[in-house]
Amino acid sequence: MSTTKKLWIGIGILVLLAPLGVVIPALFGAGGAWGEWGMAEIEKIVGFVPEGMRRLSGWWKSPLPEYALPGQSTGIFGKSIGYLLAAAVGALLTAGAGYLLAKFLSRKDHKG
Amino acid sequence: MHIPDGYLGPATYGAMYGIMVPVWAAASWKLNRTLKARQAPYLALGAAFSFVLMLFNIPVLGGTTGHAAGTTLIAVLLGPWAATVAVSVALIIQALLFGDGGITAIGANCFNMAAAGAFTGYGIYRLLAMGSQPTGRRRLVAGGVAAYVSLNVSALLAAFQLGLQPLIAKAADGRPLYAPFPLEVAMPAMALQHLLFFGFVEAAVTVLVIRYFQKNEPEMLM
Repeated sequence: MSTTKKLWIGIGILVLLAPLGVVIPALFGAGGAWGEWGMAEIEKIVGFVPEGMRRLSGWWKSPLPEYALPGQSTGIFGKSIGYLLAAAVGALLTAGAGYLLAKFLSRKDHKG
Repeated sequence: MHIPDGYLGPATYGAMYGIMVPVWAAASWKLNRTLKARQAPYLALGAAFSFVLMLFNIPVLGGTTGHAAGTTLIAVLLGPWAATVAVSVALIIQALLFGDGGITAIGANCFNMAAAGAFTGYGIYRLLAMGSQPTGRRRLVAGGVAAYVSLNVSALLAAFQLGLQPLIAKAADGRPLYAPFPLEVAMPAMALQHLLFFGFVEAAVTVLVIRYFQKNEPEMLM
């Protein structure tokens, strides 16, 4: 098996393990990353929502916000499945975009 | 470390885009001269790897989480320009599709995690690995140290940009307009987590994968 194939399998395994990224924080009762809080949490932490943040926050409506699939059930299991599928979609798109970009950017001669 | 929309004011996010657009342009030019078409799958792999790695949120003291980025590893294998592009692709897709990181903050996030991370990691790796065999232990140490420092540089840059906001963007009543945490809060918070924990995670991942390449595709480490 070529190295690239083995590495893609490795990525696939990581994708399958991705739900650990929601399960482990949940087990520890941990929130999001430092400095990545939403407006509601900011208000809890500092007592108000900065004006500029209120204006800019959430202006972009991403298709799969917070790696959750629409209609996923709310328990940790539903969250995990959603996260895994979002991970798979994201990994595929990133790989595809990366590949196309590299093809586009790479040397055009035939020695490569 | 993914700065959301609303945390950076236009002066900062504009400046970061102002830095990154030329960097991306330079990377395109550089890769056009040095990246072979058959390396395209590796850049795709690097981007996907970085994307997936950043999904593994690890809790730390204080109730927050963090993640590794994989930038140094990609820089070791493909060079700093390819790593900048690969991680930028991951970050941009994270922002556009999943709202992980702001759109206004793409310049900043790419500068911190992709560009600064890639060049710091690459530079330190090359320095420490100088003259050593690709399959030797020194490469592993070099990779680990480089990854550790690189991730911390990324974290501190983000902390600096955030901590600067209350100083440079105030409302009429003196309250911060964007990220409300001053440097004295932001820098230690980010520094501690990354110096004491996430830096080591990044180092471990980097060392493990370099080891894999040493055993299976040492040519990639030339």
